[in-house]
Amino acid sequence: MKKGSSLKDPLNIILAGVGGQGNVMASRVLANMLSLKGFRITIGETFGMSQRGGSVMSHIRVSATSTWSPQIPRGKADILIALEPIEAVRVMRVYGNPEAKVVLNTRPIHPVGVIAGELDYPALENIEKGLNSLTPHVWMLDATEEAMKLGNPILSNIIMIGALCGLNLLPVGITEFKAVIKNFFPEKHLAINRQAFEIGKEKVT
Amino acid sequence: MSRLIEEKEGFPAVLMGNEAIARGALEAGIDVAAGYPGTPSSEIVENLSKVAKERNLYVEWSTNEKISLEVAAAASFANLRAICAMKQNGVNVASDFLLHLAGSGTRGGLVLVACDDPGALSSVNEGESRHFARLVEVPLLEPADFQEAKDMTKWAFELSEQLKTLVMIRSVTRMSHASGNVKYGRLPEKDSRAYFKFDGPFLDSQTGPVISFPVDYKHKIIHGKLKKARDLFDASPFNTYEGPEKPELLAITSSACTLYTREAIHLLGAGKRVGVLKLGTTWPLPPKLVKKHLSTTDKILIVEEVVPFLEETVKILAAEEAREIGIKTFYGKNDGTLPMTGELNPDIVISAFSKILDIPYQAMTPEFEKKLETVTASLAPNRELTFCPGCPHRASFWSIHEALQMDNRKGFVCGDIGCYGMAMFPCGFNVLKILHAMGSGLGLASGFGKLDAFGMDQPVLAVCGDSTFYHAILPPLVNAIHHRAKVTLIVLDNSGTAMTGFQPHPGLTVNAVGEEVPGIDIAGVCRAMGAKVEIGDPFDQEGTRKAVNRLMEEEGVKVLILRQSCALSPEKKGKKKFEMRVEPTKCLGDACSCNRLCTRVFKCPGLVWDKEQKKSRIDEVICAGCGFCALICPAGAIEREEAVNQ
Repeated sequence: MKKGSSLKDPLNIILAGVGGQGNVMASRVLANMLSLKGFRITIGETFGMSQRGGSVMSHIRVSATSTWSPQIPRGKADILIALEPIEAVRVMRVYGNPEAKVVLNTRPIHPVGVIAGELDYPALENIEKGLNSLTPHVWMLDATEEAMKLGNPILSNIIMIGALCGLNLLPVGITEFKAVIKNFFPEKHLAINRQAFEIGKEKVT
Repeated sequence: MSRLIEEKEGFPAVLMGNEAIARGALEAGIDVAAGYPGTPSSEIVENLSKVAKERNLYVEWSTNEKISLEVAAAASFANLRAICAMKQNGVNVASDFLLHLAGSGTRGGLVLVACDDPGALSSVNEGESRHFARLVEVPLLEPADFQEAKDMTKWAFELSEQLKTLVMIRSVTRMSHASGNVKYGRLPEKDSRAYFKFDGPFLDSQTGPVISFPVDYKHKIIHGKLKKARDLFDASPFNTYEGPEKPELLAITSSACTLYTREAIHLLGAGKRVGVLKLGTTWPLPPKLVKKHLSTTDKILIVEEVVPFLEETVKILAAEEAREIGIKTFYGKNDGTLPMTGELNPDIVISAFSKILDIPYQAMTPEFEKKLETVTASLAPNRELTFCPGCPHRASFWSIHEALQMDNRKGFVCGDIGCYGMAMFPCGFNVLKILHAMGSGLGLASGFGKLDAFGMDQPVLAVCGDSTFYHAILPPLVNAIHHRAKVTLIVLDNSGTAMTGFQPHPGLTVNAVGEEVPGIDIAGVCRAMGAKVEIGDPFDQEGTRKAVNRLMEEEGVKVLILRQSCALSPEKKGKKKFEMRVEPTKCLGDACSCNRLCTRVFKCPGLVWDKEQKKSRIDEVICAGCGFCALICPAGAIEREEAVNQ
């Protein structure tokens, strides 16, 4: 990647969740933070129909030199940020590998099939056990709970970005976050987003 | 101010493909932009509407795509530069005018951006717009990254003015809705003046009348333009080659497939064996350039989405030049190397290269793959699409479904595209049995409504959205009324073009740039045409069900307008009308004869079945507080209380 950097090139990040969780916003914030550091960025997004309660996924490619495909090849995710537990499993199934780093929000959003009683939502400890058997790098936090303490569950996406930065998996942090959110949120929402970022960071350190 | 214009020349931005196209249009100094919303195209006109004031643009969301192209063409005829954007289905709508426009030619630069959706990620078909360029004979450009999306759009206006023809840019979901780095160019000073000159010679579209007549004469002019386009394309910097001088295999590609192709070659380490000819100008083909590269090897792979468009044109050229360049072996869609349907991705392209070059590739070790399958098998239950919590459509379809059940004559609903198209799924209680193009629901219903002469006694219903009403419902409504078809049209009026992001439509009193405009009243229009009209609220369960039953009985065309804003609309989002709760002493759970009506049948995501308590409960994070589920619980266990909103 950059001179003196040990990051893979391209580095592949997937941000996954359910429509309405602020997935697209979080991926753009993160990508712009990395762009500030001079990296070339490609983001591939699945939205539109998927907004309606479906699985939503953003693929972020980070490179020192090139524009990469907006779709990450199978088995090639380096970092996975999941705003919902079973979405982490769904992404791992296609893009996972034994070195993948997984940061996971533990709050479930039940699919319609589960609400209807046709499908079972797996127990959180089974998800944790399953993911841990695939990769040793799994971090879990209840970002939605923390976001609700701040007054709005939507902030869980920013808490997850904070957590990712707290884990030092990427060469970006609060400085880049502050610089980027100015372009994404109105002035009155900046403080609460900074707070959400810090909470995420604390939760993993 | 929009980030599209606040930074200076040279600024390194991360832009969505659609934003890059909008920026390119601004750098070309456009004056007019028009379109009709449709995923994945909407952000082009949307972003231009945000800078309309600063850049002195006229921007409109037109009533439909054909009109948007006519509005943009008028600007071109008056010597301004104009852009028009739509999704692939929209090009079908605009195609009648498109053919005439190709015949008449243009004056000021005119660019049509068509955004295709390979794999139908947000569509009900994966139809292609590229064929339209060949069909109506206008030049076609396809950007392959974000910088190119901007630069190519800017150049498209120059090309259009050079050739005096419409230029078509084709994007795909993975370009339009993907983002990447774009370095800004200069925003020009503008001093445009519109004037339509028509008093020149009859045959000269530049100064005389703008018509496609006399046909033979004008058609010959088109072919002169295409010849010029071929020469320009042969020299275009948007066509590039990377790879060895004499590759073992030549890959010819365009658009997002270029990125998949590069990725595949990288992962297979095949850079020394494969050459990539990336074409930015895909119709007409640059003949000399393509011939030159075809002559460097015997094996050609064509990587594209969706139908074998490029493959066919390259094969024609290869056949014409076979005497000089020799016989080639082609790989692509026709021989099954790549699939004929769906969108591509790096893995599909890898497997094509892997097969041709005999390079083995494993995305993951078989052991890990097996482990993945075993471990994840029961951990990722499917997430079916559904209406959002608080969506008025769920309520509307609940009542329509109940009305049809009570009527018991096997009545059915004809619909079209939009969020409400999901009523073909369980989330809309499967009431939608027919779904085609915008407006086709009522057109079909008009036809069904005349089949009583042949013994058909099933009630016929049609649904449409409010934006669709203006876009494509008016002609079939006229048809149904004029021919006395027995049809009930239900307009699901949620006050905006909701699915694509709340763009205004002619029913609203605000336009694309926020100015006050006259709204056109759906009820008034229907009444004036002679339909019987009723207006209801989908959240009034009893009233809606009764109205549907009553109207189904009546002769002729009846229109029921169900008004309730979309749950995601800016005025509603985040605000609950009701605080909802399930009273545990009243919910009999598994023991109730309702058989879990609220979660098993109604299944709004805001309701959860509590496995331990064996009762329903509200998920407070998800629930939008619309209050409708309180009306359907037979035990009265779901309680609602007016919420106090700050």
